[in-house]
Amino acid sequence: MDGEIKKTCLYDRHVALGAQMSPFAGFDMPIQYAGITQEHLAVRNRVGMFDVSHMGEIFISGPDAERYINHIFTNNISGYKPGKILYGMMLYPNGGCVDDLLVYREFEPDHFLLVVNASNIEKDYDWMLKNCTGYDVRIDNQSDAWGQIAVQGPESEKTVLEVLALDCAKPLAFYEYCNAEYNGHRLIVSRSGYTGEDGFELYATLQDTVEIWDRLLKAGVQPCGLGCRDTLRFEAGLPLYGDELSEDITPIEAGLGIFCKLDKAEFIGRESLVAQKELGVEKKLVGIEIFDRAIPRHGYPVELEDGTQIGEVTTGYHSISLDKSICFALVKPQYAALDTELFIRIRKKVFPGKVIKKRFYETKYKK
Amino acid sequence: MSKIIEGLKYSDTHEWVKVEGDIAIIGVTDFAQKEMGEITYVDCPDVDDEVEKGAEFGALESVKAASDLFSPVTGTVVEVNEAVVDDPKLVNDDAFENWIIKVQMSDVSELDALMDASAYKAFIKE
Repeated sequence: MDGEIKKTCLYDRHVALGAQMSPFAGFDMPIQYAGITQEHLAVRNRVGMFDVSHMGEIFISGPDAERYINHIFTNNISGYKPGKILYGMMLYPNGGCVDDLLVYREFEPDHFLLVVNASNIEKDYDWMLKNCTGYDVRIDNQSDAWGQIAVQGPESEKTVLEVLALDCAKPLAFYEYCNAEYNGHRLIVSRSGYTGEDGFELYATLQDTVEIWDRLLKAGVQPCGLGCRDTLRFEAGLPLYGDELSEDITPIEAGLGIFCKLDKAEFIGRESLVAQKELGVEKKLVGIEIFDRAIPRHGYPVELEDGTQIGEVTTGYHSISLDKSICFALVKPQYAALDTELFIRIRKKVFPGKVIKKRFYETKYKK
Repeated sequence: MSKIIEGLKYSDTHEWVKVEGDIAIIGVTDFAQKEMGEITYVDCPDVDDEVEKGAEFGALESVKAASDLFSPVTGTVVEVNEAVVDDPKLVNDDAFENWIIKVQMSDVSELDALMDASAYKAFIKE
């Protein structure tokens, strides 16, 4: 990063709406407009929209594209049909995580779109280039050319159909996408999201993104900031790179083993994951509920009754939808079983709690 | 513009103090509550706890973050505002009306180091 803070194509809209802005992943991003609780509930109960134009779009094509992606990606894209989306990670050889990402299989043969975290775009792109030796592929980082709006919530289908007339959206199941045309440009309509609700992620040119945003706003869709994006994804049990995944946290430790196909012949990091499965992990991600309104935050110690530290909180909130203080924490694996009694140190006090399921909120994806 | 009340003392960590004899009534400023957003939890000391000037005595939690509270004076907690503990949003509703703790000061001269309203106004530079 050169120190210069970037702005998304919707920056002026956020400022005009009076959003509270804050730097995130090198971009000046809206944290909240009306308030985190109000925006969170709009997504849970109706529909909300997020500017996620900061996310990275990297296109990979060429005769070896499928084989190459299977080399750098934990999940298995073989046999995945065009129009399907697959979640997984890129790993270092030691199993630590370069990033978690989505892979879109394009309708054109040997073409893929990889959507990566904003904070990791340069690192990911460099990693992809570094590991493409011997593969006949073209790797094209188009992150700056695409805007993205996430329309999320139970009324999101109705919204994209009625406000934007995106008819191809209707038959999509979650983790499927279609291509539409908007002002003569490509518009990717992806049934996906990061909230635990049904929803769509719309990838468009920068100019079209602004126009789509304005139409949605005029139709009364609640603008939502990164504040509630985090509370929503957290309740839905979804990891955030930097908190639940990092170069020091493997997908096995984060409980994301189902996205790592160890039966694939090879991918970078596979041997380390196989070893972790056989020998066990040193830490494991769990959900913890504490019986108080105090809020466990990233970095707070998880302890036994005698004060021995056995782990650390990765994300925590007083859950808006569940009205409970809950967190993700990485703990020693012998304390990861459901209902294990644990304690969280919050400033000077220690609060009792217990291990609960990580998917705190029941997700409502379109099957 | 954040509300600032004349006649109160202010700390550079955005607490206000209202002085009644040797009792300091302590809350957070309107500027601070605006910065924090919706306050969901107040972490307070207990009555009879000692607090020390400049040291953390508790915290306010918004949805997204915890902000430590620092005592502008040294002394003993004589009262905790239970209404605010039960309903933290009161601080958002009126940060000056809804104090957090009352402290019996052990050294009233510590107040001299705090800002008055006009100095605090300049400090937050709105």
